[in-house]
Amino acid sequence: MLSSTRPTRRTAARTLQATAGVAAIALALTACGGSGDAAEGGSGDDSPITLKVATFNNFGYTEEVLAEYKEEHPNVTVEHVTAATSDDARANLTTKLAAGGEGLADIEAIEVDWLPELMQYPDLFTDLADPELDGRWVDWKVEQATTLEGKVLGYGTDIGPEAICYRSDLFEEAGLPTDREEVAELLGGEDATWEDYFAAGREFVKESDAAWYDSVGGTFQGMVNQLPAAFEDPETGEPKDLADNTEVKGIYDEIVASVEDDLSAGLVQWEDDWNAAFQQDAFATMLCPAWMTGAVEERAGGVEGWDVANVFPGGGGNWGGSFLTVPASGENTEAAKELAAWLTAPEQQSRFFESAGTFPSQLEAQDSEAVQSATNAYFNDAPVGEIFATRAQTIEGAPFKGAHYFGIRDEVTNALNRVDVTKSQDADEAWDEAVQKASALG
Amino acid sequence: MAVLTPQRSAPESGAPQRESRRIGFSQRLGRWDVKLSPYLYISPFFILFAVTGLFPLGYTAFVSVHEWSLLGGQGDFVGLENFTFVLAQPTFWKALVNTLSIFVFSSVPQVVIAIIIAALLDQNLRAATFWRMGVLIPYVVAPVAVSMIFGRLFADQYGLINAMLNLVGLDSIAWHGDRIASHVAIATMVNYRWMGYNALIFLAAMQAVPRDLYEAAVIDGAGRVRQFFSITVPQIRSTIIFVVITSTIGGLQIFDEVRMFDSIGLGGPDQNWMTTVVYMYDLAWGDQHSLGRASAVAWMLFLLIVVIGLVNFLVTQRISSNAAVKKPKRKSTTGGNA
Repeated sequence: MLSSTRPTRRTAARTLQATAGVAAIALALTACGGSGDAAEGGSGDDSPITLKVATFNNFGYTEEVLAEYKEEHPNVTVEHVTAATSDDARANLTTKLAAGGEGLADIEAIEVDWLPELMQYPDLFTDLADPELDGRWVDWKVEQATTLEGKVLGYGTDIGPEAICYRSDLFEEAGLPTDREEVAELLGGEDATWEDYFAAGREFVKESDAAWYDSVGGTFQGMVNQLPAAFEDPETGEPKDLADNTEVKGIYDEIVASVEDDLSAGLVQWEDDWNAAFQQDAFATMLCPAWMTGAVEERAGGVEGWDVANVFPGGGGNWGGSFLTVPASGENTEAAKELAAWLTAPEQQSRFFESAGTFPSQLEAQDSEAVQSATNAYFNDAPVGEIFATRAQTIEGAPFKGAHYFGIRDEVTNALNRVDVTKSQDADEAWDEAVQKASALG
Repeated sequence: MAVLTPQRSAPESGAPQRESRRIGFSQRLGRWDVKLSPYLYISPFFILFAVTGLFPLGYTAFVSVHEWSLLGGQGDFVGLENFTFVLAQPTFWKALVNTLSIFVFSSVPQVVIAIIIAALLDQNLRAATFWRMGVLIPYVVAPVAVSMIFGRLFADQYGLINAMLNLVGLDSIAWHGDRIASHVAIATMVNYRWMGYNALIFLAAMQAVPRDLYEAAVIDGAGRVRQFFSITVPQIRSTIIFVVITSTIGGLQIFDEVRMFDSIGLGGPDQNWMTTVVYMYDLAWGDQHSLGRASAVAWMLFLLIVVIGLVNFLVTQRISSNAAVKKPKRKSTTGGNA
């Protein structure tokens, strides 16, 4: 029993082993650093180089496609690393950028929402402007990644043009039309407004147990995304005072009114309740960017009745989308730029649409046969390619999003959630708190 | 160290200062060996600690008095502005209260239940190793996985726990809406993860309690409960103090469970379950990107832990001195052991 207190030779031996282990790891680490440098040395035209591409989720960059690039460029080996979530990728990118760029991939994929932050430090990225590529993308996609000085930080990959996804079975039970053209008309057709959308919802909830839409957060972000300059002055980049922001307050009030009429299912997107709600017939519609169809199918598998209507209230709307950037700290920025241009070429991007469902931001790819003829079996064979291509054309431009945008938007979203989800405050209290917190962001 | 002390003191006292010149180099080397070697042997820990602990601590203090953005790096020197800014934020104080509340909900039941589990495992069980390893399994599960499982249990509308409550006719609990309920939910995840770990530490201490004490107690007619409170608990007091201190430090740094409790991971729309560590993370990596303010929070959290550590220390000092007052009536040898 007392043996544990007596020092033995075995513990000494173990300590030695541990020390040796640490030393070995240290050696291995330095060895790794060495070989990495050697492999990437020299950016001559034909000397063999390795280009690392870092993405997240699923960009559709298969071995097969990357091997094609190697055929065209025999000296280039493309290495592809994928982060599980975009949050992981973002933490990795910002941390390494802050540390001087050491360890970054030659091509780093970014989401559009990270741009307001990254745009403040354009020197960290290679300028990708290339006159030859003019007209490849929809204009606003290029605008999003272009600084005021005209520097292009990233090549567009996909976009998220928004339509409305709806449950035709719940519509039928409530006596509403089920056909996707008729539903589009019901929601206001070509010039649908948010009033039309909420009005249809008020009709629906009278006849149904289900709510009209899933979450106030998702709805708010869809609405606020249509304001050309929601929270900041585009000239100066300075935040507008939220207390006097009548546009945003108008949207806030419209959503609060819909909550009072039980249109909201009281959920927060991506949360467990939201995931489960798809199986519980909790809501009948949701704002649906192209990539959301995959998320719906994943959660609502087995539930029949989902469909997509070719309509979106308040004009076009884009939600999300990504870019490929080339960090300036890379050793082969020229070769990386070439690869990024190749990966975002219309031919490749329409293939990625087929393999990963990412809707292309390239005009030519949107018109391609592969996209135009695409249907989605889960969504009642809806012609999703055609629908989202039409939706993409209604998007007029990219809203101004500066360094303060997401901070303020998150405060208003929190306020809406306090009213709708946790029900801890009434609408006025929640708004006042949002105003106070937004002013403290500074 | 204890073994080396007498050897070290002997040559020191034996060799006067003046004669040291005449001592040969090898002898001097031997003296250095005796004097320095112990420090050299333990130096790897302190060097590692200096690099990974002390340097970041100092550097954080440096960052905290500057304007410092995540990507932009060092800005102007601003003195204590970051501290005053953070102290003026209601969110900071809310996070602090949340931290203390979650800490109380987690550490107290954790230690109590861990002792009870350990006491049960200390009995003569069949397949003892199986049970002992069994309680450690939750500790092996990654916190993120734990959070995902508990996320399903504690979901507000379609969660398992609320479904079961409804089944027996009770109202649903707003796990994400009610402040105290959210603290209980998070504390449950923390407890699930650490209870078995602490139970094993207690078990190890209980195994070292001399069995003849129990035999004597049995002869005196003490029951199981009396034995537990009069022998087991006093005998493992130092281990209890150790566990209390480690779980205090851990309890003030709860992060993973909070991050995973909802999809945004910042304590909900009311910041109802945001802890100080999460607040710090939000300042640095959230919308503000202010490493300066985050460092200020880090330092205040550090001071808070030091203060609570001191309180712990004083309380335990009192306990042990109280014990020393009681003990002298018995033989002094047993008193020295505790």
